[in-house]
Amino acid sequence: MAQITLKNLAHSYKPNATADADFALKEMDHVWQDGGAYALLGSSGCGKSTLLNIISGLLRPSHGRVLFGDRDVTDAATAERNIAQVFQFPVVYDTMSVGDNLAFPLRNRGMDPGYIATRVQQIAQMIGMEDILKRKARGLTADAKQKISLGRGMVREDVNAILFDEPLTVIDPHMKFELRTQLKALHRAFGHTMIYVTHDQTEALTFADKVVVMYDGRVVQMGTPEELFDRPAHTFVGYFIGSPGMNFFDATVQGNRATVQGVELPLGASYAPPKGRVQIGIRPEFCVLAREGGLPFTLTRIEDVGRHRILRGTVAGQQVNVTLPEGVPVEAEANRLLFAPEKINVYADDWRVQGEA
Amino acid sequence: MDKTQNNKAWFLVLPVLVLVAFSAVLPLMTVVNYSVQDTFGNNEFFWAGLDWFDEMLHSDRMWDALGKQALFSAIILAIEVPLGIFVALNMPKRGFWASFCLVVMALPLLIPFNVVGTIWQIFGRVDIGLLGHTLAALGIDYNYTSDALDAWATLIVMDVWHWTSLVALLAYAGLQSIPEAYYQAAKIDQASRWAVFRYIELPKMQGVLLIAVLLRFMDSFMIYTEPFVVTGGGPGNATTFLSIDLVKMAIGQFDLGPAAAFSLMYFLVILLISWVFYTVMTNLDKAEGK
Repeated sequence: MAQITLKNLAHSYKPNATADADFALKEMDHVWQDGGAYALLGSSGCGKSTLLNIISGLLRPSHGRVLFGDRDVTDAATAERNIAQVFQFPVVYDTMSVGDNLAFPLRNRGMDPGYIATRVQQIAQMIGMEDILKRKARGLTADAKQKISLGRGMVREDVNAILFDEPLTVIDPHMKFELRTQLKALHRAFGHTMIYVTHDQTEALTFADKVVVMYDGRVVQMGTPEELFDRPAHTFVGYFIGSPGMNFFDATVQGNRATVQGVELPLGASYAPPKGRVQIGIRPEFCVLAREGGLPFTLTRIEDVGRHRILRGTVAGQQVNVTLPEGVPVEAEANRLLFAPEKINVYADDWRVQGEA
Repeated sequence: MDKTQNNKAWFLVLPVLVLVAFSAVLPLMTVVNYSVQDTFGNNEFFWAGLDWFDEMLHSDRMWDALGKQALFSAIILAIEVPLGIFVALNMPKRGFWASFCLVVMALPLLIPFNVVGTIWQIFGRVDIGLLGHTLAALGIDYNYTSDALDAWATLIVMDVWHWTSLVALLAYAGLQSIPEAYYQAAKIDQASRWAVFRYIELPKMQGVLLIAVLLRFMDSFMIYTEPFVVTGGGPGNATTFLSIDLVKMAIGQFDLGPAAAFSLMYFLVILLISWVFYTVMTNLDKAEGK
């Protein structure tokens, strides 16, 4: 096991890439602590899988280095890196039995047969397949096949890291929850570094201690789920995390006051005049409707999602969402939108600006 | 959905029935007819019952010819299938060279059978053929018209040249359908090259390979044109395969009865083997679709 360091790492699928747009991964420096449970979150095509394949050695980065501990493994083959990876679509060896599938990575490394047998039993128990170890893998359901893939990913105890590339896409929701819980338990038990790629924020937030949000080939923020929720470092994080995402308004900011649509709003902190396009962001959870003050709000529809209701509306033509806790009535006269000042974040050119208390 | 019952619809399949009747059923029935009769020409026929079948079942000449046919099929399958897979594994996966290889591979398949025979007939001649002359110049005693082994070798090399492409193209199609993730997973699992072939590529090619084997078996088991053109069945009877011998018997010696009887048995053998293949393949599909 080792700490994984990405040094000035960048990747382009084109030769001689120079322009920013040519890069699937923009230059980054990043450290994955030994034993951490990370989720790599981002929309499709933002470079998540590319990053994962670079770590596992399936792809050689066009720029920068990859270090495991102190060892430079940029040019090392996948096998040398001792990494386990589980892919989005199930990969099983059809002609082998379930048990042989699980034993395959161990046999290829010439492990002791007695050890292999006990280890396969353990893993089979974990994925609930002890009964069908002797069965051929061909003809199993996609669910079952993916469980075998997961099992094969976890069968080796000495791996440097286990990488998951959206592994639960094909699994049905009930099983998803169960497997995720098991992965989490496994992480606690063995302390492997785990990197879990997903575009499902619930999956990311429940699995990981640290969530890494990627956007357009860049890591835009790494933090605990709480940090991502309260202080998104980039407007994309605000928009992507949360359901619905953060509301943004173009604003001018002076000291601890922001002006939106000619209305002055108090802020929780004081800011030096920011440069570039200035926006304030507020989560729907911290918006309230009142009869006076704030911004004029026009309600367009109400969505009841069970735990709470989401009011969809507009402020000066711009889409805004407000979350209404259960039991709070919707009043027709309450058409002014108020924000909790300490929950407002200020952004300059999409990046968060730190205020002074 | 309500089904419309209209028996006039049967008329719509009539053209196909007529066509099949004239192209397949009637000729086959003619053969059946010959097989139970005897003739001395003049279009006079005498009832012979199952005598011809009985005679043919005890005919060394025919069993010998059938044996040669089977040996030929076995040899070319044993060469073409592994070779085709090997070629497919080494073909580039994409880009200009992939297309280039595909076109080159397809070329032999486009040449008519008798032309292939003629090409090799000339190619192998010791006096003017490039192959025959070169071998002779190298001091190798090669002559397909006088040496049985040379004749067999020529026919086998010719068939391999003509048909390995088919196996290779089918295997290549099978390989192309394997998702990249399988190879990536194999790398992660530290599988050897052999294991990748044994556990990923071969199982995924299984379906197309069965088709390739079936096609090559049927075709080589009925081969007529090429050996007829190259060796004419010789030297002696060395390359007189069953199909060649049956034609000789039926048209050369005008023994329509025995030839027809053996043809029918020949037909049944091919039908039986093809049916076994078909059953195996559909069972595989079922196992796959579970």
